[in-house]
Amino acid sequence: MASRLSLSEDAYVPSGAQQTAVKILVVGHFAVGKTTLISSLSEITPLSTEERMTTLSERVDDLKGVQGKTTTTVALDFGRLTLSERIVLYLFGSPGQQRFVSLWDDTARGALGALVLVDPERLADSFDVMDLVESYGLDFAVAINHFDGSTVHTPEEVREALDLLPDTPVVTIDARDEKSSVDALITLVRYLHERADLEHT
Amino acid sequence: MTEPGRPEPEFVSEAGELVRPYVITRGRDLPDESEFALITLVTTATDEQQRPQRLSPEEEQILEMCSSGYLSVAEIAAHSQLPLGVVKALLSSLAEGGYLVTRAPVPSARPTNKALLKEVLDGLKALSV
Repeated sequence: MASRLSLSEDAYVPSGAQQTAVKILVVGHFAVGKTTLISSLSEITPLSTEERMTTLSERVDDLKGVQGKTTTTVALDFGRLTLSERIVLYLFGSPGQQRFVSLWDDTARGALGALVLVDPERLADSFDVMDLVESYGLDFAVAINHFDGSTVHTPEEVREALDLLPDTPVVTIDARDEKSSVDALITLVRYLHERADLEHT
Repeated sequence: MTEPGRPEPEFVSEAGELVRPYVITRGRDLPDESEFALITLVTTATDEQQRPQRLSPEEEQILEMCSSGYLSVAEIAAHSQLPLGVVKALLSSLAEGGYLVTRAPVPSARPTNKALLKEVLDGLKALSV
């Protein structure tokens, strides 16, 4: 037998309701605080699942038609938030490197939108992430994760550095704080909701 | 006495990391992405009628896990510690056998479902007090 695995009751999606799942991506470069934000919001202990993927490895000589491919295991962290009797929201933390693009195919499909977490000290590290979000056509808001002691760039400076559209929301948050993280999601979803208005007119 | 050609389940289980995914999925191709999304919700069917298939330990484990309520595909993968692609293949085989009930996610944010976004927004606002 495979090892028996019994889960506690609260591991399950709350029952008695006709719930539909929706998802929002939390994206950003390595160590920007994606998992921290998901942890501060999730009603379950954040989970991690792995996807094995074949990636083109960089700087491998293509000798006699042998492709420079390697198989990488990428961890996908996620959490869950029950919003109503009808809706359960999943938050997926997606790594921002271009080589994980096949993981994005799966996580981005059907997402409501993305919250892009940026570190004000490492703005350039967010360029890859921005490219991915834009190439998948995801609507997004930017959340500046302001760690203690870091130099604060104003939202306007970040907007300029990341070349954002004037209506793209930019907020400053502390990903460790639940309320701050919820407010960032509210900013994103309010923006998505407003855009839905525009698309209908 | 172990039947020839049939590995002992304990061995399969312990050697999990060394078993190539198509062995666990019994040679099934990994299913179309559309069949099981990361957030497709899954539970076991209550109807126990036809269950002719012999299940693998991994399938048994998934069924048992799903028997107490709804879980998303991603949660099943995380709890079972199997790669996502493998879990999707196992789920699709179990679904074909009539073992599972699935609830597909809202197909897409596009065309934008405004009422849905309003509901998500209201749900989040209720958390931020």
